[in-house]
Amino acid sequence: MNADSAAYWSDVLVDAAMIVWAVALVAFAADWAFAPARTARRERVPVAVGAGVPAETEPADEVTSAPPAPTTRWFGVGTGTLVLGTVVLGIAVALRGVAAGRVPWANMYEFSTTGSLLVAAAYLLLARRYDLRSLAVWVTGVLVLTLGLAVTVLYVPAGPLVPALQSPWLVIHVAAATLAAALFTIAMVASALFLVRDTADRRGATGRFVSRLPRAEALDRISYRVTAFGFPVWTFAVMAGAIWAEYAWGRYWGWDPKETWSLITWIVYAAYLHARTTVGWRGRRAAIISLVAYSTLLFNFFGVNIAFVGLHSYGGV
Amino acid sequence: MTQTLPRQQDPPPSTPPALGPVELARWAWRQLTSMRVALFLLFLLAVAAVPGSIVPQREANPLAAADWADRNPGLAPWAERLGLFDVYSTPWFAAVYLLLTISLIGCILPRIRLHARALRAAPPAPPRRLDRLPAHERWTSKTDPDRAVAVAERVLAEARFRVATPADTRAEQPGALAVAAERGYLKETGNLLFHLALVVVLLAVAVGGLFGYRGSVLVVEGDGFANSPIQYDGLTAGPAFDVGDLPPFALTLDSFVVDFVTDGPAAGSPADFEARVRLTRSPGAEEEARTIRVNEPLSVDGSLVHLLNPGYAPVVTVRDTSGEVLFSQPVPFLPQDETFTSTGVVKVPRAGSDDIGLQAVFLPTGVIGPNGPQSVFPGLGNPVLVLTAWTGDLGLDDGVPQSVYRLDTSGMTQLTQDGEPFRAALDVGSSAELPGVGSVSLDGVSTWVNLQVSRNAGKELALLGAALAVLGLLPTLFVRRRRVWVRAHLADAVPATSTAPAPVTVIEIAGLDRVESGDDLHEELATLRRAIEEETG
Repeated sequence: MNADSAAYWSDVLVDAAMIVWAVALVAFAADWAFAPARTARRERVPVAVGAGVPAETEPADEVTSAPPAPTTRWFGVGTGTLVLGTVVLGIAVALRGVAAGRVPWANMYEFSTTGSLLVAAAYLLLARRYDLRSLAVWVTGVLVLTLGLAVTVLYVPAGPLVPALQSPWLVIHVAAATLAAALFTIAMVASALFLVRDTADRRGATGRFVSRLPRAEALDRISYRVTAFGFPVWTFAVMAGAIWAEYAWGRYWGWDPKETWSLITWIVYAAYLHARTTVGWRGRRAAIISLVAYSTLLFNFFGVNIAFVGLHSYGGV
Repeated sequence: MTQTLPRQQDPPPSTPPALGPVELARWAWRQLTSMRVALFLLFLLAVAAVPGSIVPQREANPLAAADWADRNPGLAPWAERLGLFDVYSTPWFAAVYLLLTISLIGCILPRIRLHARALRAAPPAPPRRLDRLPAHERWTSKTDPDRAVAVAERVLAEARFRVATPADTRAEQPGALAVAAERGYLKETGNLLFHLALVVVLLAVAVGGLFGYRGSVLVVEGDGFANSPIQYDGLTAGPAFDVGDLPPFALTLDSFVVDFVTDGPAAGSPADFEARVRLTRSPGAEEEARTIRVNEPLSVDGSLVHLLNPGYAPVVTVRDTSGEVLFSQPVPFLPQDETFTSTGVVKVPRAGSDDIGLQAVFLPTGVIGPNGPQSVFPGLGNPVLVLTAWTGDLGLDDGVPQSVYRLDTSGMTQLTQDGEPFRAALDVGSSAELPGVGSVSLDGVSTWVNLQVSRNAGKELALLGAALAVLGLLPTLFVRRRRVWVRAHLADAVPATSTAPAPVTVIEIAGLDRVESGDDLHEELATLRRAIEEETG
């Protein structure tokens, strides 16, 4: 397959992946709408243990062993199409790499497509371990939105790298940054849903929408776990960027807008991790910090490339 | 700046007591090292970093900073006063990160002491009521408490717990025996390492700021450059930098090639920059042939030579009316856009008669479009030099430094031809009459490149710090600090029907995670229990 046809098929498959994911989104939304409300309440479950004294234990953490949230077969349709779309996008991203003759993450279109691929893959992997079903519709929504933005606004044809990007550090630095961003995206969804659920709990609301969400503590914990995974990756991405900057520009840190905002994102996520272990900041405040941190990440990705002139401008819109 | 227990339960910030300076200082220190203040300082640092990304910074981009000041005449004086052009070296920015550093150090030092103590100490004795802990199991066994505890001790040790058998003074049942176990000390070790590593990074940055330097110089193809301060177009250096520290190397730029993508959707974007240089490490040393590319700087004695922005230097020759050469050399032109349409001036001072000044636009691939001459490709497809000419006083003798890229026409008059301003478009090899003055020709096109010479002192230290920080983060976030207690005692009442006085021992196991409760706590407790049951029956 030559570069031109690889580029062509990559574009076609990105469109296809978006359509398949849109189907997944509709299916997850249908599941959300039709499934019976979950009834699990926090309660003490007597557990008969061994031959001896009956003991009581707290119900184990909902993240792993909650009573299964009721779902309809729509959920299966959604998961199937989500997986299918992810595979299709994986092929599209690979073809993009073939077409350009390099790793497919050198401009915003490619960050968005590779990033969505990683979000989807991270979600599907994490969902094998944790019960993330209630996040499915939201994560898929973010995916369809990102891919839509990539196709309509950010699209650029496949091409070679400008000299500044011709470095093995492109692979390491951008891969780490994109992976961390993907993880933070999932954490953001969990934090946002935490705030919804927590607010509803405070008001005593028991609507159908709210009762489909996991317990607030479970959402809080998912957000923390995924952020805790993403934070070292982000730290590494910033560090790899600094090493590359030393090679490319002769200084490891020069307060370029992209560098500055990546540090801001790092600081706010560090604040989140600290807040989470501080009395009085846990819960709502931590969740709000998590959302602020994610918005600095988004701004770094979109805002800095569009609004400021800096050394990272070659990322292109 | 802490993440684990010691700082968790800070008392709410109280009002400063009306006490002496010592108490006040102690109060201030407690506040500064509290988690709330650390969080606040973290946010403050994030917010303080923002303006520097909005207002162009002098050090990173002096031209953009000057341009911003021109475009915002109302804001510029205020920006100047607040140091917004040098945010990251202003006192207010320094204040935030210094406070944060002090808070960080003040927080980790006591924690290092505590942790060092904890590493040597036995796990804490069990609480009175094990059933109040987040995970708890209780069962009975026919073994006796001594054996139950001995088995539990071994099982826990095999599960990589640190184990102790404290005297169980707090037990409600007389004669109860206990095992205390703790695991995951590495979490706090990693956490402390992470925070110490951040201090190392900050130190490295300070070292870099003190001892580093960065200079840039424009070198035209064929020219050379010797590493001394007077040769630089711009040199910034830290306060502790000594000019004598500059490595005494010299470079000759033999060739500088700029390649552009010629077809496909990315046509016109740069494909490769390559400089071939001859390097002399010190006066009298042998010449070495080297190549510099964008991501492949030249390293000389701890200093790095980088390629920055490139440009074209048309070789212009100016002759007087008698044909005598007044000026002949490559003139660096500044690119204005992506097609490398470049502007520049040629200044030809003449003693005894009027100076000549040429104002020119260089088009690497020039075509005459609807809007006049323009360049359609950054490569040298059809180089054209479009120029106008002035005569009079260039002002070079006034002693006022002036830009080599700008013509001060205040003392000059523009050359005209047939009543119109004189204007000529030259191909390579062609020449044009300068009416009444002489002639000008374009003899060829050279290239130039900005070379940056820099030394980032402390960068190895910064890398070490950053690597240790990542290394410390992993156990901080992924290791779980877990405490498990096992207690065994004889059941109070032996059933009356029992004829054989076999011992009935009640065994309890309970677990507690510190900081972040893990969802495998119940699972692990069940596993430990099974292991104990297997051996005790």
